[in-house]
Amino acid sequence: MKEIRIHGRGGQGVVTAAELVAMAAFYDGKEAQAFPNFGVERSGAPIQSYARIDNKKIITREQVNNPDILIIQDDSLISDKSIFDGCDKNTITIINTSDSDKIDKKYLPGKKNYYSNATEIALDIIGKNIVNTVILGAFAKNTKLVSLDSLKKAIKEKFKEKGESIITKNIKAVTQAFNSNN
Amino acid sequence: MTKKIKKELLEGSKAVAEIVKKIKPDVISAYPITPQTHIVEDLAQMKADGEAEFEYLRAESEFAAASIVLGASAVGSRAYSATSSQGLLLMSEVIHNIAGMRLPVVITCANRAISAPISIWCDHSDVMNIRDAGFIQFFASNLQEAVNQHLLAFKIAEKMNIPAMVNIDGFILTHSYEPVHVPNKTIVNKFVSKRKLEKGDYLDPKNPLTFGAFFPPDYYMETREKLHKDLNSCLKEIKKENKLLNKLLGFGNDNGLIEYIGNKSAKTVLVALGSVNGTIEDTISKDKSVALLKVKTYRPFPKEEIRKALKNAKQIAVIEKSISFGSGGPLYLDINETLKNQNKVIKNYIVGLGGRDVSKEMIRKIIKNINIKNSKDVSFFG
Repeated sequence: MKEIRIHGRGGQGVVTAAELVAMAAFYDGKEAQAFPNFGVERSGAPIQSYARIDNKKIITREQVNNPDILIIQDDSLISDKSIFDGCDKNTITIINTSDSDKIDKKYLPGKKNYYSNATEIALDIIGKNIVNTVILGAFAKNTKLVSLDSLKKAIKEKFKEKGESIITKNIKAVTQAFNSNN
Repeated sequence: MTKKIKKELLEGSKAVAEIVKKIKPDVISAYPITPQTHIVEDLAQMKADGEAEFEYLRAESEFAAASIVLGASAVGSRAYSATSSQGLLLMSEVIHNIAGMRLPVVITCANRAISAPISIWCDHSDVMNIRDAGFIQFFASNLQEAVNQHLLAFKIAEKMNIPAMVNIDGFILTHSYEPVHVPNKTIVNKFVSKRKLEKGDYLDPKNPLTFGAFFPPDYYMETREKLHKDLNSCLKEIKKENKLLNKLLGFGNDNGLIEYIGNKSAKTVLVALGSVNGTIEDTISKDKSVALLKVKTYRPFPKEEIRKALKNAKQIAVIEKSISFGSGGPLYLDINETLKNQNKVIKNYIVGLGGRDVSKEMIRKIIKNINIKNSKDVSFFG
């Protein structure tokens, strides 16, 4: 089983990101689970969500305390070391940052750290600083836990009520993040 | 499982809304503010989109929502509501009336903690406040059980004229996505057909009746005894109907009341309600010395089945998300009464109050603790 923990701020679509991971894995034919850890609901507050992917039925309900993959949607959260709780040297991190040189590597738990300028891609293509779908492009590429095709399918399904334009932009952004060197 | 079962990846609330829609209630009423779930939001959307024919009444409070479904059920409609936490507390006066009037209302409770202090997160304190109202109480461990229990709830409630509540853990299940099978209309219609009305069961201008009338001491007690007896007789109905449901669905081999998982001769058995069962099952999956007993029907309490299931157990850990202050956890008290004079060690572990995470590590600690001779009967863990 692979366990994923996503950190971000309220309003950045942290919960939706976990749902998209689970949907994509499910479309790939795997078992999947996603659930949020709501804090006090206000914009900007640090929040986290979880996803699990496995080949067999997932029955545990505990929070993801020892993530295999840690997705950080906002690099300003790194100064709070508690976001790395339960990580070890094998934990893969996927970080949204405009400048990976500025990230203090001593905080990072392992060697496999991937950076994606998801904010720039989001602002450029979607026109809003909503990075949740974008960073999943980097997640799909570097972990290979979900396919890009299934991720696109998940975006189509999740955003079907938001209209064609939102879907097209998100798919373009996620594809760009997937293809970027990171 | 012999054939491939079609599953969708759904949010818990959505899965419940989908099955409720297919069961075709006539009237749904709810109060749409915290603490509420996506269940009634999704149902309201289905109505707005023209996908459903029920009347959807947005009430001015939870008290009103419960009163509306009471009234709707009293005139013979199939009535449904969903609530949580403080909302259920505000409904509680009406909840007792619904049961006392023997109206087959079905309510989903997304289990959440109650104030004070304020908490929006999961535990079972809300439903335990109306445990004694005379509702059938189902507890789901996962989304599939939640779907199946809604089918059972409507079927048994209308057959027995006893209301039913399906408890699903707030956030942990209501906001979780996982693969689930929601049966098609044909199967749903086959299992839960239209509510059958008999003269005297409902308000009808052509056959005037009074519901919930004034009962002096000469009569009141008999109504309570009858409710108790009839609620207990739901046990065999649940078993029977669950068997039929499993057959229609093409999967499942439980009896709808309890489910024993693991080595039949295990000396230590953990007993729990709700979603924590999944975490327990995962923790003990490779341990032959420990087994799990899931309690799926909490009221009526399936004493006989539990006695049989725990026959070989020497040590029993009751793990639960509520506490009767000054005594112990409600499930613990029931298990103790059920197994009295059987010379078993029964300990109570209160976990996960107000949304505290229940980890596999905690379950392992509980298994260790039950082996300590002088450990406390009731302890708070985590």
